[in-house]
Amino acid sequence: MTRQGWSPARRDVLRLALGAGLGFCAAGRVDAQDAGARRARPQPNDRFVFAGGLRKNELVTLADLPPDGPPAVTYPMDPATKIVRDESRLNQVLLVRLDPSRLNSDTRARAAEGIVGYSAVCTHTGCDAWDWQPAAGVVKCPCHFSEFDLKNGAQVLNGPAPRRLPALPLRIVDGVPVVGGVFIGRPGFETGGG
Amino acid sequence: MSVRTLAVVAAAVTAVLGPAMLAAQSPISYTAVTEQRLLNPEPNNWLMYRGNYAGWGYSPLDQITPANAKNLVPVWSFSTGVTEGHQAPPIVNNGVMFVTTPQQQVFALNARTGDLIWRYKKELPEDLLQLHPTNRGVALLGERVYVATVDAHLVALDARTGKVLWDTTVDDYKNGYYFTMAPLVAKNKVMIGTSGGELGIRGYVAGFDAETGKPAWKTHTIPGPGEPGHDTWSGDAWKTGGVSVWLTAHYDPQLNLSFWGTGNAAPWPGDMHAGDNLYSSSVIAIDVDTGKIRGHHQYHWNDSWDWDEVSTPLLIDFTKDGRTVKGLVHPGRNGYLWRLERQAGGIKFVDARPFVTQEVFTKIDPVTGRPTYDPERKPRAGASVTFCPGLWGGKDWPPAGYNPKTNYLYVPANENLCSTLVGQAAPYEAGKLFLGIDRPKTSMSQRQGATHIGELQAWDMATGKKAWAHTFQDGLWGPILTTGGGLVFMGGTNDRNFRAFDAKTGAKVWEYKTNSGVTGVPSSFAVDGVQYVAVQSGWGVDAQRMQARLDTFRNTKTEVPQGGVIWVFAVRN
Repeated sequence: MTRQGWSPARRDVLRLALGAGLGFCAAGRVDAQDAGARRARPQPNDRFVFAGGLRKNELVTLADLPPDGPPAVTYPMDPATKIVRDESRLNQVLLVRLDPSRLNSDTRARAAEGIVGYSAVCTHTGCDAWDWQPAAGVVKCPCHFSEFDLKNGAQVLNGPAPRRLPALPLRIVDGVPVVGGVFIGRPGFETGGG
Repeated sequence: MSVRTLAVVAAAVTAVLGPAMLAAQSPISYTAVTEQRLLNPEPNNWLMYRGNYAGWGYSPLDQITPANAKNLVPVWSFSTGVTEGHQAPPIVNNGVMFVTTPQQQVFALNARTGDLIWRYKKELPEDLLQLHPTNRGVALLGERVYVATVDAHLVALDARTGKVLWDTTVDDYKNGYYFTMAPLVAKNKVMIGTSGGELGIRGYVAGFDAETGKPAWKTHTIPGPGEPGHDTWSGDAWKTGGVSVWLTAHYDPQLNLSFWGTGNAAPWPGDMHAGDNLYSSSVIAIDVDTGKIRGHHQYHWNDSWDWDEVSTPLLIDFTKDGRTVKGLVHPGRNGYLWRLERQAGGIKFVDARPFVTQEVFTKIDPVTGRPTYDPERKPRAGASVTFCPGLWGGKDWPPAGYNPKTNYLYVPANENLCSTLVGQAAPYEAGKLFLGIDRPKTSMSQRQGATHIGELQAWDMATGKKAWAHTFQDGLWGPILTTGGGLVFMGGTNDRNFRAFDAKTGAKVWEYKTNSGVTGVPSSFAVDGVQYVAVQSGWGVDAQRMQARLDTFRNTKTEVPQGGVIWVFAVRN
C-alpha cells in the first residue's frame, strides 16, 4: 500500500513538524505525552465531544442534551490542547438531561442543570451501547439486559451487572457541560477469577 | 503423595538441578497426543471438543447404562472462581483433564481425584468488550494445549506445566474480533475461526503451525474482490458483513477437508446487504493444508433473522434411496434438519425438513436445497416483522450428538418461540454493535397455546424420522453427550439439573441438581477401569439472555445462580 491518498492525522502532522524542528527524541516525548493525555480518565474542566456517529469529535453543548434525553455517548476533551481522551473505551461518558426534581439528592449534587454523567461502559461485561427508557430515566444495555437508574446514581435495577455505573460530577462553563470531578468508582468490569 | 505435591517436589528438584532436569523430573505422567490418536481416540479418553473428528459427542464407554444410571453420584467437583457461561468440555488424556472457563482460564486437573495440576489465567485488557464471555475448550497435540482467547490470541501451553510456549496475537480485539471456540488440530495445523458478527467484522478461518504458532493460511468467509462469490454482496457491505465462525470444525481425514459452520450476515436485516451473501449461514469445506475452500452449501441466503448457522454439521453416513451417503447432518438454527453429501469436489444437498415450527420458508428446492421465503416474514428497514422460530432459532450453538448404536441424532431444540424485529440502519463503527435494528422495539413471544419450549429430540438416521422427544417448559441450552452404554446426558435448563436419558426410548433415568445452570459440553472418560461423566455448570451468555427475554414478556423474574463448577460423576458400587 502506498501513502498516496492518505490524509495524515493531526498527530502525524505534529510528529513530522516536530521531527524536522526539534529532533525525533523530542517528538517521541510529545507523542508519549499525547498518548498519556488520551489515556487519562476524565479530568476536571474537560469538555465533552461526541464519541461516534455523524458528529464524532464535535463539542457537546447544552442544546445537544434535550430534556429527558436521549443520552449522548461522549469522550472528554482537554480544553487547552483539544486532545480527546479516546485512547481507552473506558473514558466514554454518558450524558443525559433529566428534570432535577426527579434526581435523588446525591445525583442532584453531581448534576449540572439536570445533566447527569456516568461511565458509558457497562459494569457487567463492558458493552457500551445503550437503550433509553425516558419515562423511567433508565438505560438498558442491549448485550445482556442490565438496567441502570440514572435518576438514582445509576443503581442496578435488573440484569447481571454487579454494580452501578460510576458517576462523573459535572459543571456548566461557558454554556457547555464540563467535567466537575473524577469518576466515583472504577469504570469497566471485573474479569474475576482472582 | 498427591499430584500437586509431586509438582512441588519436581519444582524444587528443578531449582537445584537446573532446567535440563525438567523433563526427567516432570511433575506428571503425560502421554503425547499424536495425529494417529486423534484419528482413532481411545474409548477411555476425550481428546477433542466433540470426542472425535466426526463431531458425534459420543463415548463408546458402556459401564453406565439406563439400568444403573440412578446410582450416579458426584465423585469430585472443582470451583472455577468465575461467573458467566461455562461451555467447555472437560477434555481428558490418560487421566489428565483440561478445562477452560470464561475470563480465559485453563485448568489441568487429575481426572480421577480432581487435584489441581496447574492453572493458566491470561490477563485480559481492561477495555475488552465481552459480548460472549465464554470459552469452549482446548485442543491437544503432542505435549501442547491450545486455547484461543477472547482478546483474539492463540496460545500454546505446555501440557505438563501450563507454561506459555507461544502466544500469537491473531487480531485486534478493539475492532470486534475475538475467539470463543476450541481450536481444531489436524495435519500439524491449529485452526480457529473468529467471532464478532454482531460487531461488523469480516469473518475468517485461520490455520497456524502447531509447533511455532506462525500463521499458515487465512481464509475469509466473505470473498474479497476477484474471488468467487464476491458478487453476492452489494457495494461495500462485504467489508463489515459479519459471517463469524463460532464453533470447532469437524474433519474428514479421507477427504482432507474440515467443515465449518458460518454465521449470519451483518447487520441483521437483509436489505442492508442485498444479495445471497456467500458464505454466510453456510457450511464451508476447507482444505486443512492450504486453507482453500473446496465446497460449500448455503442453508439460507441473505440472512435477515440472526440465524447464525453456528453449529458444525456432524459427519454421519446414512442411506438414501438405497445408496450409502457420506453425509453431513445439521439441525439448523433456521429450524430445518439438513442432510448433505460430502464429496471431494464439494457439498451436495440431499434433503431438509423442519424440526420445529418454521413459518419463514415456503418451500425448499428439491435439487439445490435453496429455500423460498415468505416476504412478510423477512425483517427489513422500517418494518416490524415477526417470525418463528425467533432469533435464537430452532437450535443454537449447543452441539447435537450422534450415537452409532441407536443410529439416532440427538438435538437440543427450542420450539414455539418467535421474535419481532424492526430494521433501522446505522453507520458502522469499529468495535461497536452493528445490528441494524431499532433495539428497544425488539421482542420475543411464544406461539399461542404453546405448552413448552425446550425439546430434546431423537431423529432416526435410518428412516429420517423423529423417534422421540422429551419436552421442557423453558428454553433448552444443553449440549449433548451420548454413550455406548445407551444414554444421553444433557443439562441446559434453568432449574440447574443435569440429566441422563435412555438413548433408545427418551425416558429420563437420572437427574442431579448442580450449583448453576448446565450449559457446558459434557464428556466421558475412564481412569483405572472406571467410567466417569464430566460437565461444567455455570449459567450465562445466551441461555441467560433468552431467560431474560422470557421473563420480560411473562412479567416474571427467574434467578439462576451464577458461578462455575466442574462436576465429575460415576456410578456408586
